[in-house]
Amino acid sequence: MSGSEGGKVMGIPQFLVHNKKDTVGVIVVEGLKAGTMMSGVNTANNSTLRLKSRMAIPIGHKIALTDIKSGATVRKYGQDIGKAVADIAKGEHVHVHNLKTKRW
Amino acid sequence: MAKKRKSNLTFQGYRRENGRVGVRNHVIILPLDDISNAACESVGNQIKGTLAIPHAYGRLQFGEDLDLFFRTIIGTGANPNVAAVVVIGIEEGWTQRVVDGIKKTGKPVTGFGIERTGDLMTVAKAARAAKDHLQWASELKREECDISELWVSTKCGESDTTTGLASCPTVGNMYDKLIPKGIYGIFGETSEITGGEHIAKARAASPAIGEKWMKVWQAYEDDVIQAHKTDDLSDSQPTKGNIIGGLTTIEEKALGNLEKIGRKCRYIDVLEPAEAPAKGPGLYYMDTSSAAAECVTLMAAAGYAVHTFPTGQGNIVGNPILPVIKISANPRTVRTMSEHIDLDVSGILRREMTIPEAGDALIDMVLRTANGRLTSAEALGHREFVLTKLYRSA
Repeated sequence: MSGSEGGKVMGIPQFLVHNKKDTVGVIVVEGLKAGTMMSGVNTANNSTLRLKSRMAIPIGHKIALTDIKSGATVRKYGQDIGKAVADIAKGEHVHVHNLKTKRW
Repeated sequence: MAKKRKSNLTFQGYRRENGRVGVRNHVIILPLDDISNAACESVGNQIKGTLAIPHAYGRLQFGEDLDLFFRTIIGTGANPNVAAVVVIGIEEGWTQRVVDGIKKTGKPVTGFGIERTGDLMTVAKAARAAKDHLQWASELKREECDISELWVSTKCGESDTTTGLASCPTVGNMYDKLIPKGIYGIFGETSEITGGEHIAKARAASPAIGEKWMKVWQAYEDDVIQAHKTDDLSDSQPTKGNIIGGLTTIEEKALGNLEKIGRKCRYIDVLEPAEAPAKGPGLYYMDTSSAAAECVTLMAAAGYAVHTFPTGQGNIVGNPILPVIKISANPRTVRTMSEHIDLDVSGILRREMTIPEAGDALIDMVLRTANGRLTSAEALGHREFVLTKLYRSA
């Protein structure tokens, strides 16, 4: 299997992002530790990102790509997936403790 | 039969009396009702190679719930993966209704009522019929069929963020490639589209179909959720497994779910649960629950022959007559539950595999499955057959 995208060879990313409007990305490696300088890929255009993890985050869980204020809309897939219910700092774990649907 | 478009993709299938093509050759022993399960299982035990499909219902149902029951039972028998059927029911009236429904396909079907006969004599008679059907079916031959004759359904389960990133887009890429070749596709899961309903509505082939979809979704919201909820649903949607996998909100889950319909496909009709598609080749929507076994059972009853099932945390569901192909991109699931996974697309997360490559790998697995390769769920004996019940029986 080729590891190249658009002619650019890359290593295995630690996180992926769906859309350039997103404020969260997804950790895609197991055993991610706090303080890791990570590389990520935006899957919409294959652009690369760098981000430092502030905490250990399990595979499949979300990480804040930017500081998010309590009450602010959180975006993934370029869409509204709910609102922050606490201030979230860039590089922090985003899950049920600080993100909630606006629907219920 | 309408003249089918030919492509370079073919498979070896069983052409049934009504022209539909199946990929399995089951002879099933189908109970009309719960109390006929014992007789059906007895026949299934005696006649090796037949398959009893026990279930929990069929008594004192009425109205729309009864219609759905008959549609599901008759649809299961009518599915082209089934060669022949023995139906056993407590009484002959409804048993005959199932027999007549299945008989419209032209396939062999025989019914037996237990009242005034008893289990033992019924089993003796039904076993003889089952043996005849089985020996007849064993001489049927597969023939080459174009992929446009294949009906491929989808539903995901135990989703996590990897399903939205990789395994659901893999199914979407397959549909983007195969729907233009003339296959029938289908997706459903009305509850799980909550949060993505604006996207689902916009993917209808016309505004009228989008409105029809919206009506189905709104009815679910009003009649099921608002009528019965005891909390904000945050404990059920997303599920505990979803949350362990990293999904936080219903919106996030819905957006990942909808990746299964790809980038280009548009659905051409909105079907009742277990309703067979009738508007020709294309993608359909079916109003289903998001519980895996219920949804897959309804899609099998609508006539689908191969099912594609993306999973993140590892849903292990199967079906008695519909081969369920498991696709996972979660490396931990692929490693710890490998016996359940037919297609590993975790390479997408490592950027070693593109989504179009994964779509091609899935098409290959769909064709291998259609040719006879047993899925992991089949090999492990997963035969979940779960009827959808709309309300209490009389």
